[in-house]
Amino acid sequence: MKHLVRVLQMPALAGLAAGWLAFCVLVWAYGASPSAMATLLVQGTWGTSYGAGQVLFKATPLLFTGVAVDLALRAGLFNIGAEGQLAVASLAAGVVGSRLPHGTPAVLALPATVAAAMAAGAAWAAVPALLKGRFGAHEVISTIMMNRVADGVVGLAIASGLALTGTVRTADVVPGARMPRLEAVFPAFRGSAASFAIVLAVVATALVTMAHRRTRLGREIGLIGLNARAMEAEKVPVKRRLEQALIASGAIAGAASLGTVLGYKGYFEEGLGAGAGFGGVAVALLGRGHLGGLVLAALLFGTLQQGGLALNAHVPKELMDVLQGVVICAVALADARLRAAAVDAVTRPIAKPARGAGAA
Amino acid sequence: MSAFEVIVSGTMLAQTVRMTIPYACASLGGVVSERSGVVNIALEGILLSSALAAVAVQGATGSASAGVLAGVGSGALVGLVHAALVVRGRIDAIVSGLAINLVAAGGTRFALRALYGSSSNSPSVRGVRYGDDWGLVLRTLLDPFLLLTLAAAGLLAWSLARTRFGLRLRACGEDPSAAQAVGVDVALTRTLAVTIGGAICGLGGTALAFELHQFQAGMTGGRGFIALAAVIVAGWRPWPALGACLAFATLDALQIVLQNQTRVPSQIFAVLPFVATLVALAVVSRRTTGNARAPEGLGKHPV
Repeated sequence: MKHLVRVLQMPALAGLAAGWLAFCVLVWAYGASPSAMATLLVQGTWGTSYGAGQVLFKATPLLFTGVAVDLALRAGLFNIGAEGQLAVASLAAGVVGSRLPHGTPAVLALPATVAAAMAAGAAWAAVPALLKGRFGAHEVISTIMMNRVADGVVGLAIASGLALTGTVRTADVVPGARMPRLEAVFPAFRGSAASFAIVLAVVATALVTMAHRRTRLGREIGLIGLNARAMEAEKVPVKRRLEQALIASGAIAGAASLGTVLGYKGYFEEGLGAGAGFGGVAVALLGRGHLGGLVLAALLFGTLQQGGLALNAHVPKELMDVLQGVVICAVALADARLRAAAVDAVTRPIAKPARGAGAA
Repeated sequence: MSAFEVIVSGTMLAQTVRMTIPYACASLGGVVSERSGVVNIALEGILLSSALAAVAVQGATGSASAGVLAGVGSGALVGLVHAALVVRGRIDAIVSGLAINLVAAGGTRFALRALYGSSSNSPSVRGVRYGDDWGLVLRTLLDPFLLLTLAAAGLLAWSLARTRFGLRLRACGEDPSAAQAVGVDVALTRTLAVTIGGAICGLGGTALAFELHQFQAGMTGGRGFIALAAVIVAGWRPWPALGACLAFATLDALQIVLQNQTRVPSQIFAVLPFVATLVALAVVSRRTTGNARAPEGLGKHPV
């Protein structure tokens, strides 16, 4: 237990420390006061209930894409394509949601719209999934390429009649497909764009982490990530599982449009939700397959994003992208160090008597 | 002029050659790095940061060669960071590459605002001035960046195949444990390889920025990733990588002409290079034997 706590906390602490250090250096180099900016950052995020609501709003798509990337990562696949999967899914949500009959009740409209979004995300992930399964093409390159193709396809769809004339946005989705805002129930969040999509994001994360531990499919996917050859020997259809993991990952990434299209704008416009896909990779790396870890990581990066906006008048908000990269590196470094130490601790007592015993 | 006339015109060919250079440098950088066993998706970030460094230093000093040195130097530096994180820190090369790309994308925008108070582009710089009255053919063939790229490719191909360092580098890429066992300093060799690769890639970023005479936020537009795909398509070999880059750059140049000359929506042409990459990737990924395959020890650490 003590060991588990250490393993969970060390990388997080390293990430926070490195992020804080980078924050101070960059803010100082820009000619602003780190302490004043940090105060501003806290006030603009957790300092007010509006700010907190905005953090939740920013964290919502990050949590969806985070758990999506995490799911693929369990199978050993890097889904860098959540960005493109979310883009086409958001387009699908905007198009389907706005074409439903106006009076469609929420029990039908919302599931139909989300299903369309998830299907689009899954379809977009299916291309790299099949390229991986059938041809062995590396998913990192192919998902990156699919992101670019998504930009083109979304632009083409917007330009060729799916948008309102003269704009880059679809028509409004029907009221039944809208995700209710948190402020409707909790007046304290008044004005912030946070919606109940954050609740669905947490539920989705809980379901995925549970499925990983409790279901046969989830176990198989996780074990493939640990040792694909052993699973092959166990007659698990490894290639099929890899394809399934990546496609499921795309579907979940597509569900992030719940927070952006259905919870925030009420329509899709070009560029809506951009960056959430890459943010999701950071969330997954930080969250390390734990429900709490993923939620906290999404909240951290949501805070950074919202904080960046709060500081933008004084320090460029791109500072937060740099911090995100620094945090990822620091966490990964601390993690690698820990793993190396853990391997040492396990192998040493065994390795010692074996020394001199010959070939092994 | 008809679209066809434009495509076969000398201007277009010259344009294609110039557009090949950033791709070519990045993919040569990718070849050295990956042949030593270190996956390098940081090429995109290296291109971007070296483009800014080159423009900033030329803007500040007025010297083109100082700009080139800064571009190459910053490329080497980012490569060194990638190597340090992956080889010494033992973090996943894809994680490190992603983080470097994030830092480069955000950091260059941050620096743009810090240095020039703009969130989109730098003031213009002169770039490299040469042969103003040479005519198109000579200007294209004697472009210093083209000559440097070809020299880098030649040197790289020769040293990989013929020198002791090249042999060690390939050994680290094929079987790091075996290389370590026979006394090769795997960590040092890989660090050198990724740093040299970063420097070559930095030359490409410099060429890109000087071609446009300024730095623009996000100006690399995925070139680093396409260059990496070119490495794979070319079977991790320097000269074929150059060929693959020429093909991608041709698509790129075609795309611009066709956008202006036809009524087909521009987005269709804009995705062409990326679709072509996907197709090429699918075709070559089946290859597992022969000398056009991935280094055996790619992404593995010595035990």
